Amino acid sequence: MRAHILSAASLLLIALSLACSSNPAAPPPAADEKVEQPAAPSGPAANIAIDGSSTVYPITEAVAEEFQKGKDVRVTIGVSGTGGGFKKFCKGEVVIAGASRPIKPTEVELCKAANIEYIELPVAYDGLAVAIHPSNTFAATMTVAELKKIWEPEAQGKIMKWNQVRADWPDKEIHLFGAGVDSGTYDYFTLAINGKEHASRGDFTSSEDDNMLVQGVSNDALAVGFFGYAYYSSNATKLKAVAVDDGNPANGEGGITPSAETVANGTYQPLSRPIFIYVSKAAASRPEVAGFIEYYLTKGTSLVQETGYIPLPPKAYELALARFKGNKVGSMFAGEGSKVGVTVEDLLARE
Amino acid sequence: MRASEALPMAPTEQRASLKGSLPLGERAIEALLLGCGLVTILTTVGILSVLAFETFAFLREVSPLDLILDLEWTPLFAEKHFGIWPLLSGTLLTSLVAISVALPFGLLAAMFLSELANDRARRILKPALELLAGIPTIVYGYFALVVITPALQSVIPGLAGFNALSPGIVMGIMIIPMIASLSEDALYAVPNSLREGAYALGSSKLPTIFRVVLPSAASGIAAAVILAVSRAIGETMVVAIAAGQQPRLTADPRVPIQTMTTYIVQVSMGDTPTGTIEYRTIFVIGTLLFLITFLMNVGSYRLARRFRRDT
Amino acid sequence: MSLVRKNKRQTERLFWWVSLLAIALPLMLLGWLLVDVLSDAVSRLSWQFITSYPSRKPENAGILPALVGSIYLIALTATIALPIGIGAAIFLEEYGRHSKVAGIIEVNIANLAGVPSIIYGLLGLGVFVRTLGMGRSLIAGAATMALLVLPMIIMVTREALRTVPMSLREACYGLGSTRWQSIWQVVLPSAFPGILTGAILAISRAIGETAPLVVVGALTYVTFVPDGIDAPFTVLPIQIFNWVSRPQHGFVVNSAAAITVLLCTMLMLNGVAIYLRNRLQQRKAS
Repeated sequence: MRAHILSAASLLLIALSLACSSNPAAPPPAADEKVEQPAAPSGPAANIAIDGSSTVYPITEAVAEEFQKGKDVRVTIGVSGTGGGFKKFCKGEVVIAGASRPIKPTEVELCKAANIEYIELPVAYDGLAVAIHPSNTFAATMTVAELKKIWEPEAQGKIMKWNQVRADWPDKEIHLFGAGVDSGTYDYFTLAINGKEHASRGDFTSSEDDNMLVQGVSNDALAVGFFGYAYYSSNATKLKAVAVDDGNPANGEGGITPSAETVANGTYQPLSRPIFIYVSKAAASRPEVAGFIEYYLTKGTSLVQETGYIPLPPKAYELALARFKGNKVGSMFAGEGSKVGVTVEDLLARE
Repeated sequence: MRASEALPMAPTEQRASLKGSLPLGERAIEALLLGCGLVTILTTVGILSVLAFETFAFLREVSPLDLILDLEWTPLFAEKHFGIWPLLSGTLLTSLVAISVALPFGLLAAMFLSELANDRARRILKPALELLAGIPTIVYGYFALVVITPALQSVIPGLAGFNALSPGIVMGIMIIPMIASLSEDALYAVPNSLREGAYALGSSKLPTIFRVVLPSAASGIAAAVILAVSRAIGETMVVAIAAGQQPRLTADPRVPIQTMTTYIVQVSMGDTPTGTIEYRTIFVIGTLLFLITFLMNVGSYRLARRFRRDT
Repeated sequence: MSLVRKNKRQTERLFWWVSLLAIALPLMLLGWLLVDVLSDAVSRLSWQFITSYPSRKPENAGILPALVGSIYLIALTATIALPIGIGAAIFLEEYGRHSKVAGIIEVNIANLAGVPSIIYGLLGLGVFVRTLGMGRSLIAGAATMALLVLPMIIMVTREALRTVPMSLREACYGLGSTRWQSIWQVVLPSAFPGILTGAILAISRAIGETAPLVVVGALTYVTFVPDGIDAPFTVLPIQIFNWVSRPQHGFVVNSAAAITVLLCTMLMLNGVAIYLRNRLQQRKAS
């Protein structure tokens, strides 16, 4: 043990000198090229700035990691939430915005005012998982009405215990965790459950960082939280997904648990939705940006499943790529924002 | 070289006092060095103006009464509430837990070092205790979340993953050296004549410590405690990692809460655009934090000065 | 021995042990926690870990951008803070001893030492990042950190200057030198070991600082080593912060390993400082 520490400490000094010079002796696959900076043209030319949804982040992160191998491109990805990402996008601070909901009318206006045209590209399906602690047996199924009772604005300060929602639930505190207000996940959840986007109670742990929500729920027997399905599936041993009953027998009786199948075939409602990236039309003419997007919609699609998301049907990706190459600006959702219960192929095909 | 000694005058200066002016080079250098010193004043001015500017801009849109009368804190949501109490209670709760851990340990350590230890023990133990203060706070945050919280959860059923107890305990450990060191100075400053007087009256070691030395050092120790609490109030990383992100008014240390410092971290990580109300709230909370710690520091300093005067 | 005296002795003994325990217990707890970190970290510490970039897969993720970012940041911070801090200390000790300005500066320094570090972050955000338009760059972070460590550098430099005997200065004046000549040629070199030691200790504290840099904006996802002072950056403590927030166990192990690297770096710096001080003091004595 001591030898490891001593060697690590002395290696630090060597790492210092090496990092400032050329490539290290034995570069592992993920860690090579970027060490040598002076040769690369610095500045905006070789830099792709991305920001936005924490839901889309894992896919973009995976695509960027694979894309950057063997290339002289720098990709930076921020996680300010869908709303935050759009704000930056419509200011020209980033060229790609990840969004877990379609662009809203106010954001359309913002971009128009700044003369920024966007190309809307769906990249995957996502379910919103409602998660509880594995030891929680009583709340295995919840109806949409019950979720609304917990999360609606009127619940603030009033609905504080489980048995206030359903009488046979325990007389214990509810600890609530949910996506942050700048996230498309929050926008979509409030629309689907409370009926109005952005309307919810304010006294819960709200964070743009889904990892923190997972931590919160997985460590607390009295917790319930909502976040992207991928964060549930990659932590499935620490969480339990609630089966959501939307009261509509047409798409499945009773409570439906989220899974790759139920999200793809539309039975996990109302909490399934497509997620997007928005590319600035001006930036799309840059070779590295075009290369990145093409990679995203071709080889990157295999990474969708790897990161825990539900891939679109192959035809949808072809249509999306055609949309990008054709520089088709504007939103398929007519700039009206989220719609509950849409299939992306229909929309793409319609255009 | 004591501070009260006057500086000797260089020959150029003696000549200057006769002739009327120093050589230009010397004056320029002195001005440059003065400028360096003024940087600290600029820092204070900078802090005060940044805080004041954004806070006043905020208060133009939101009434100060809202800050005081509202009991909810939801500035990021559609329905905005700006009551400072939830964040304040989160900070106070964690600090209270911290001081209730640090005070007994710190005070006992101080008594040991000042009254009971021999020179050799003091030379080893005092720097050893300082080690606790040298560990970076991010490491303490890791301890709180990864080690202390699970350990507590096995003992306290129903303890949430994010809570005020775990970071409070860890912060307490972190500020023990502060209390120990400052209290030891206070105990040490109590004149020996008081101790000897007590021994002469037949008292033994322990009652002397508790009935004579401790009370005499009381205001010095109080100054130490106030300073330590101020440190705990300003602590960021430990609570940001382990205390949670849910602003709520509560006295229960077992549930997720949010402190003032965590709120500032949360919002500034999300890169809120300048000039919005949300951006300004971090400066409002910053002002509150600054005022509280400043008042406590001044109070501690005054107490310490009075103590030094009285002994 | 009478019963009363025996009881007194016993209580004294008991108290002796209890108060010794008050010192030992927190130290043992710290020791246990450090062993815990090291045992987690040992499996992960390797050359690959130090030279890799962050990745979504914990086993591939490494600390290279964070480590280099920390080193660059500290170097830049020292470049800014040391001249200013030493200059201010020289002013306070050698020039303005009893002047009013010096008094105000001293009060300021005492105040600033007690301000929570996150307030410095707000200062950096408001002034450097936004108003002066530096953006979320290395220089903005370094400027903020420089202001943070300035009080400490001033204090240790003043201590070092005080150790230089007055007779040395008077000797210089006796030989006809100006004040600045005596400082530059005699006093500073004489105080140098103390200044160096103090500076290294201040720097080693700064490496572990997180809060102000979070506010000033070290990024979440950085897959490159910063290539200029206006570049985005991340530092080791923020990388630890990022990893600790992730629920996967692999990342917890990574943060333990990164913590080990951080603590080793601080240990090394402290060791260098103490070694240098001893060597330079020996040389002075001989």
